[in-house]
Amino acid sequence: MSTMQDYQSSLDDPNSRKFETFSYLPEMDQARIRKQVEYIVAKGWNPAIEHSEPENAFDHYWYMWKLPLFGETDVDTILAEAEACHKAHPDNHVRLVGYDNYAQSKGAEMVVFRGKSV
Amino acid sequence: MAKTYSAGVKEYRETYWMPDYTPSETDLLACFKITPQAGVPREEAAAAVAAESSTGTWTTVWTDLLTDMDHYKGRAYAIEDVPGNDDAFYAFIAYPIDLFEEGSVVNVFTSLVGNVFGFKAVRALRLEDVRFPIAYVMTCNGPPHGIQVERDIMNKYGRPMLGCTIKPKLGLSAKNYGRAVYECLRGGLDFTKDDENVNSQPFMRWRQRFDFVMDAIDKSERETGERKGHYLNVTAPTPDEMFKRAEYAKEIGAPIIMHDYITGGFCANTGLAQWCRDNGVLLHIHRAMHAVLDRNPNHGIHFRVLTKILRLSGGDHLHTGTVVGKLEGDRESTLGWIDLLRESYVKEDRSRGIFFDQDWGAMPGAFAVASGGIHIWHMPALVNIFGDDAVLQFGGGTLGHPWGNAAGAAANRVALEACVEARNQGVQIEKEGKEILTNAAKHSPELKIAMETWKEIKFEFDTVDKLDVSHK
Repeated sequence: MSTMQDYQSSLDDPNSRKFETFSYLPEMDQARIRKQVEYIVAKGWNPAIEHSEPENAFDHYWYMWKLPLFGETDVDTILAEAEACHKAHPDNHVRLVGYDNYAQSKGAEMVVFRGKSV
Repeated sequence: MAKTYSAGVKEYRETYWMPDYTPSETDLLACFKITPQAGVPREEAAAAVAAESSTGTWTTVWTDLLTDMDHYKGRAYAIEDVPGNDDAFYAFIAYPIDLFEEGSVVNVFTSLVGNVFGFKAVRALRLEDVRFPIAYVMTCNGPPHGIQVERDIMNKYGRPMLGCTIKPKLGLSAKNYGRAVYECLRGGLDFTKDDENVNSQPFMRWRQRFDFVMDAIDKSERETGERKGHYLNVTAPTPDEMFKRAEYAKEIGAPIIMHDYITGGFCANTGLAQWCRDNGVLLHIHRAMHAVLDRNPNHGIHFRVLTKILRLSGGDHLHTGTVVGKLEGDRESTLGWIDLLRESYVKEDRSRGIFFDQDWGAMPGAFAVASGGIHIWHMPALVNIFGDDAVLQFGGGTLGHPWGNAAGAAANRVALEACVEARNQGVQIEKEGKEILTNAAKHSPELKIAMETWKEIKFEFDTVDKLDVSHK
């Protein structure tokens, strides 16, 4: 590991575009996504699913998938909604949100299905 | 029944020692650690401090009788032993709220830590804690935006943010400086920071620094698709100059500026915080000179008080120490002032050095900033200690990476995200830290080489200013 490596990132390479929390880790598999859904539920936060074309991911507002799943604590139901969003928009980033209504913020937000970079 | 005038010197305790007094909800309360001169009784020393920090002077004056001194005077209402220190004791003093101008930490501390700190009857004096009544808190502007608003502006959720102070501290040209910023941001940091002593020196005037840094922010945002910022230091010789630099930062679209609130002064800081609220610019606060005030366990002002001053005066970030890095900071004590910075209500807790309940009402909290001698191996402990509402700043730990700033930044970002993911999974991350980082490094050559580079660096000196409870 002694050879110096170049840092691969450029404007012309869409793969250089990141999407905030966990985007520097490898793409999540089913088991890892489930753990994060369990975390959001355990925190008492309201889960929500959003998606965006990768080229518009910098925007503050992504498309909401239906409404946030207020009060939903069943991990499989939440995972099924994320899957359904991904199936309907296979080229888009799909992110999982945990709304913390006491902090009036998002306690968690992460892309769980990565879209096709363009 | 009107009082009569009798000139001369009275013992302070006749007027200012009131052990039966029950503090009112609106009183401002202070806890001083007093080391009296030999032969001075505790009650007299406590009463002297109450007098000299409020209405009293060394002799009776006839004009005392033109007002209601019993209303305006500070009252020493309790004394307690200091664990492990027979020379000193704690004195609790209550001040009526109308002794202080609304919204002015300048005025409060001109009284509380003014003349009294040079007073001959006490050998040493330390302001340990202050309870600001909610009635006073609500007269202060506070953090310009606070944690929740900053998260929304910067689009950072569910993790601490990452920063880096650009080095060398002094001497780079503006364009080379901007290069160092760009490399950090494109590698995955959220923020970079001017060092505190970077203001506007001959080698790099502020105007060129601001321009080149903004170029670095713009390009790294387009390149990474993430929101970025750099704390542009607007600390200046005069308030006019400070506001001129702040205005220019806003004009070029900088999301965040910075100020040194102790060397710059509380007056300048409070004004700048209000300007930041009005202009939608985030405010990072550095604390140069704090250790002059807070490091001696027997004399000065404890950092938990300086934290409260900043939250009232205004700032969206405040340096709090790291616990694990190169600078002083006891873990329990640090956790105490981090709570005072971020939470809306903090209970008295002597095990963390907190002497009073503190209600912040609707005043926003600010991000805790951990900076100073931290690197990749500290990441699990930092995530555990600080939680999400913090900025973890790796200066040497980013710039000192053998492959450069971008690789150093990426290494930190991968390590942070791996620790946060593991924490969310319920893993004990301080215990399992090595395994978490080693696994993450399998996908990140930048992290792997960083782990090899800093493997042996530790900072394990004993803390000078320990909590009094731990002395025994």
